[in-house]
Amino acid sequence: MTKNIPHFPPHQDLQAQNQYAYDEIPSDLFVKAPLDQRKSEEIGTPSVSFWKEAFQRLIKNKGAMISLVMLVLLIALALIGPSLNEFSYREQNLAHSNMPPKVEGLEWLGFNGQNSAGVDQYAERDVQINYWFGTDEFGRDLWTRVWKGTQISLFIALVAAFLDLVIGVIYGGISSFYGGRIDNVMQRIIEILMGIPNLIVIILFILVLEPGITSIILAMVITGWVGMARVVRGQVLQLKGQEFVLASRTLGASNPRLISKHLLPNVMGPIIVTVMFTIPTAIFFEAFLSFIGLGLQAPLASLGVLIEDGYKSMRYFPYKLIFPALVISIIMISFNLLGDGLRDALDPKMRK
Amino acid sequence: MKRYLLQRIGFMLITLFIIVTATFFLMQLLPGTPFTNPEKLTDSQLAILNAKYGLDQPVAIQYIQYIGNLVQGDLGYSFQHEGRTVTSMISDRIGPSAFIGLQALVIGAIIGLVLGIVSALKHNSLLDYGSVTLAVLGMSIPSFVFAALLQYYVGVKLEWLPVALWEGYSSTLLPSIALSVTVTATVARFIRSEMLEVIGQDYIITARAKGLKENQVIVKHVIRNALIPVVTMLGPLAVSIMTGTLVIEKIFAVPGLGEQFTLSILVLDYSVIMGITIFYSALFIFVVFVVDIIYSFLDPRINYKGESA
Amino acid sequence: MSETILTVDNLHVAFKTQTGKLTAVRGVSFDLKKGETLAIVGESGSGKSVTAKSIMQLLPAATTEVTKGDIVYNGKSLLKMSKRQVTDLRGSEISMVFQDPMTSLNPTMKVGKQIMEGVQRHEQLTKAQARNRALEMLKLVGIPQAENRLDNYPHQFSGGMRQRVVIALALACNPKVLIADEPTTALDVTIQAQILDLMKDLQKKTETAIILITHDLGVVANMADRVAVMYGGKIVEQGTLDEIFYNPQHPYTLGLLQSMPKLNEDRSQPLLPIAGSPPNLATLGEGCAFAARCPHTMAVCHTYTPRDTVTETGHSVACWLQDDRVAGSRDLVETGSPS
Repeated sequence: MTKNIPHFPPHQDLQAQNQYAYDEIPSDLFVKAPLDQRKSEEIGTPSVSFWKEAFQRLIKNKGAMISLVMLVLLIALALIGPSLNEFSYREQNLAHSNMPPKVEGLEWLGFNGQNSAGVDQYAERDVQINYWFGTDEFGRDLWTRVWKGTQISLFIALVAAFLDLVIGVIYGGISSFYGGRIDNVMQRIIEILMGIPNLIVIILFILVLEPGITSIILAMVITGWVGMARVVRGQVLQLKGQEFVLASRTLGASNPRLISKHLLPNVMGPIIVTVMFTIPTAIFFEAFLSFIGLGLQAPLASLGVLIEDGYKSMRYFPYKLIFPALVISIIMISFNLLGDGLRDALDPKMRK
Repeated sequence: MKRYLLQRIGFMLITLFIIVTATFFLMQLLPGTPFTNPEKLTDSQLAILNAKYGLDQPVAIQYIQYIGNLVQGDLGYSFQHEGRTVTSMISDRIGPSAFIGLQALVIGAIIGLVLGIVSALKHNSLLDYGSVTLAVLGMSIPSFVFAALLQYYVGVKLEWLPVALWEGYSSTLLPSIALSVTVTATVARFIRSEMLEVIGQDYIITARAKGLKENQVIVKHVIRNALIPVVTMLGPLAVSIMTGTLVIEKIFAVPGLGEQFTLSILVLDYSVIMGITIFYSALFIFVVFVVDIIYSFLDPRINYKGESA
Repeated sequence: MSETILTVDNLHVAFKTQTGKLTAVRGVSFDLKKGETLAIVGESGSGKSVTAKSIMQLLPAATTEVTKGDIVYNGKSLLKMSKRQVTDLRGSEISMVFQDPMTSLNPTMKVGKQIMEGVQRHEQLTKAQARNRALEMLKLVGIPQAENRLDNYPHQFSGGMRQRVVIALALACNPKVLIADEPTTALDVTIQAQILDLMKDLQKKTETAIILITHDLGVVANMADRVAVMYGGKIVEQGTLDEIFYNPQHPYTLGLLQSMPKLNEDRSQPLLPIAGSPPNLATLGEGCAFAARCPHTMAVCHTYTPRDTVTETGHSVACWLQDDRVAGSRDLVETGSPS
């Protein structure tokens, strides 16, 4: 056995490494004192469930959180906004047509009731009541119409996203779970649908179905579910090949148990993220259809209809365009940011 | 490779055939008749018109005739414009659309690439956050909203560029810029995440370990590898530009195919709607096909000989 | 004794994490002599790869930092050099072979080009000369039909062949030091032996000093002249191959050896695993990092960091058992297993 010769390596910075003198260490410390074996096996940090961790990550994401607040605010306004004043979205008042926006106390922000020529229309036409977002050419209150429109746009988008989700999950689930020939046929169908620009399909179906809330939703769902089906199929196929599923199968887990305990929780993340991105796409398509004249018919209003109306008289009444444009932009940005945030939170490996 | 190509082309034709068939029968379901003011026409006049357009034949015969004509590149006559063939309407209108579309693609690709690359190289810097924010705005704000605002502020208020119409090069700029926003945002986001992915790869460390200078590593290894998958974005981008032209040509009164399409939809010019639908679908299918071929040349790992890399 | 070419002195490397600094390497010191092979052994997370990458200065500057210590190559501190000087050394004087040959080559660049790139960076060669060098290197590492293989892409090679390419790439400029970070871990066992033999062979020809980073004691026995055992970001024992294998002084080294199957011994003898799990670097304070898992732990081990005890031959151990004040038996094996 080697002798213990105190010898210090030449380039060892002893002063820095050891703040105490070795000789001062009491010799009674040199007795056996093994640590409790169980303690050394202890895991340092408490284990956090996947969802809790994802939630914590999401909360730290400022963009996503601001978006969430914005969305809650916008949804609340869409629900209660139309009843905050006495006007209804369809009530016309030709005497009050094209009134610029006016809000008491916000004159400095441009809510001063002046038209593009700088004339205070409220004084000129002796209008006592304030229209917060102004009025359209029929004298309908734009505040009420914008929030009613937001309500309808959100409704269309949410229903479309929900239907996409249901169809996509069922289709993708069946396709991937059974595999083989069924999967093959189902995939060919998807490939053909993917080969068609979906906007064209939507337009053709709207033409056939005649514009309206239901037909817009149906037209969007006809192609919309494909994305979700692909996500679900990809996830399930990936999971099916993984060891923990195999292990669980080996242990005799039944199919329903396999699906509910192993597949679903793991597919949930990508599904939520996909839904998050479907909603803004649906809002966009609805507005797009309205803009090319295939949207809802007056007096119903959606954000797209309002933007189209506003665009037509943009030169002289820019406020008619700006409010719905602002609302739709904020909704789209918020959903996109929240979707990004959720994706990062649910899949930390994907984080960029 | 040859076998793969033939297979792909076969599949493309099948897809196109299904689209044509579906479109044709959807058109049969459309409400109303294809003629303007049919109530003003006498029954005999209607019968003459129907005979002229072959509408007096059973649907199956019409379908076979349509397919037969289509194979010869004949998309039929417009119902609304006396004596004009759909093919000639498309070829007259495609020029401006292609021009602003390609210009938008070039503008968007250049700005998007620069933004995305800078953003990835200065990851988590103020510059990065700035361009990420721009990209989110570009992705989120609908193109027609952006186009309308652009027209109002740059065209009407500042009078820097023509508000609308198709008169000279300067009038192509606003529509192209409006169209390019989505392209810019998509490319910027995509290249940024590709770059960040590549930067984390082991072979980048190998490149550094060889002693390559940092800019050599970035240009020859990071950017090169990150650029290759950007080609795959061309398909979705083509769709987004196509979609964009429908509204943006309307806004800026560009005499393009998109404007023709929206016009035909409003007046229910069946044969034109069908013709343009088929044209757009074929174009999209073709772009996706070309992208796949280009990609297989750019990425040596992909071969279509049946063996996997 | 031959000349020292690389000295790592009390190296501390920290990672910047969201919760603060995490010191992954906490005082590593060793010398590397010309033409020798030093094996650095340890389990995952012991800091061996971080040590290797910090010699090459390949750790991302945004998240890592050398907080203390120095790395001296040929009498010059690598840490005090300019970025330019460091890149000049990389690949020409010091090069590196990485763990996974499947990911360490650029998939979209021909392998010939990848070798040429480094050669052309460091030596004034024409394209044709560089190509010739690449060809020579491929032949040297034993790639059949090297002429045709120059223009192949990495995915056209098998794993073992790819690792040969990586080695060719690393040795193309005749480096003085080769850092091999788990060069065989990702390979099949039969290929492993081939690659190790190749490295030994090439070392004889080129007199390159090798730092071999591995957790595989079999590889160490096959390759190393000297061995450094790392635990919790520190070298706990360092000595010649024989000293470490036949006269281990640190309980951790002994544990490692006992947990390795030996061909020439009684197979009925169970392998002895080391109890517990690797230390959490974030919560590691004063005291011996191994104390929690050590069968010989003493009270002192929990509060005081052991210093290095070094014999005349240079066998150094950082363990309190070496201290004169140890009460009772200090025989490692007695309380371990009969061997």
